[in-house]
Amino acid sequence: MSHRELPENILEQIPFARFLGVKMELAGNELTLKLPYEDRLIGNPVLPALHGGVIGAFMEITAMAQLAFSENFTHMPKPINVSVQYLRSGKAMDTFARARLNRVGRTIANVDVIAWQDNKEMPIATLQSHFLLKG
Amino acid sequence: MPPQEDQPSSFSDMFASIVDSTPYMRALGAYYAGKSSDGVSMGLPYRADLIGDPESGVLAGGALTAILDHGCGMAVWDSLNEFKPIATLDLRIDYMRSAKPGKDMIVTAKCYKLTRTMGFVRAFAYDETIDDPVAAAQAAFVITSNSPNGQRS
Repeated sequence: MSHRELPENILEQIPFARFLGVKMELAGNELTLKLPYEDRLIGNPVLPALHGGVIGAFMEITAMAQLAFSENFTHMPKPINVSVQYLRSGKAMDTFARARLNRVGRTIANVDVIAWQDNKEMPIATLQSHFLLKG
Repeated sequence: MPPQEDQPSSFSDMFASIVDSTPYMRALGAYYAGKSSDGVSMGLPYRADLIGDPESGVLAGGALTAILDHGCGMAVWDSLNEFKPIATLDLRIDYMRSAKPGKDMIVTAKCYKLTRTMGFVRAFAYDETIDDPVAAAQAAFVITSNSPNGQRS
């Protein structure tokens, strides 16, 4: 059996994931990523609300981390396209995300991600994505 | 030269200060880069902590997401030519090629259709010219009027 990368190491490989402050937990083979709240992640100071770009990026990292972990990749998969639906504004609190690998082919993977805050039944955003798998 | 009284002011005059007063834009070091017939532009300086793949030194796609979203939102405001609360409904990004390490990323966004309630925007991200894009985005914005839920800049 080949060596399986620890989830923390997957995130450590991405400087931008460290910049956002993304953390992760592992339950079985399923990762839950956590984006701890910080003031600098705010896009609308009046509401206040997390920047939409923060939520999109967090979900993209979640998809990459789940792919890298489940498929035991040594290289980060490259995004081909992502589509983000914003359902509710992101409040000034911690955000969580979980990915589902719909299909992992030889060259392309299709991944869905859902992000939520205080109630998983009320997601704040969803993401559909394709990744290019190499190396 | 001071602005003439009889010249109508443009809401885009506020864009630099809007970007500078948005905490996440400050955290990224993003800046307003003016407007042209192609649309409203924003810039993102290359920075080591925004890299997605350390082997190639290429910026993370996620770092681009924010200036695409923000640039698209400003394109809606430019079309409105006034401040109204807007919220991103959806944002689709195609990544066409890797960004060149060391170069500022520029996003140019144009609102090609505005209705009373919606703005539809197309944007490109590039490091040299808009004809050789790193990424393309398509976004729809809801123009809200003090809705209790879901305003986002």
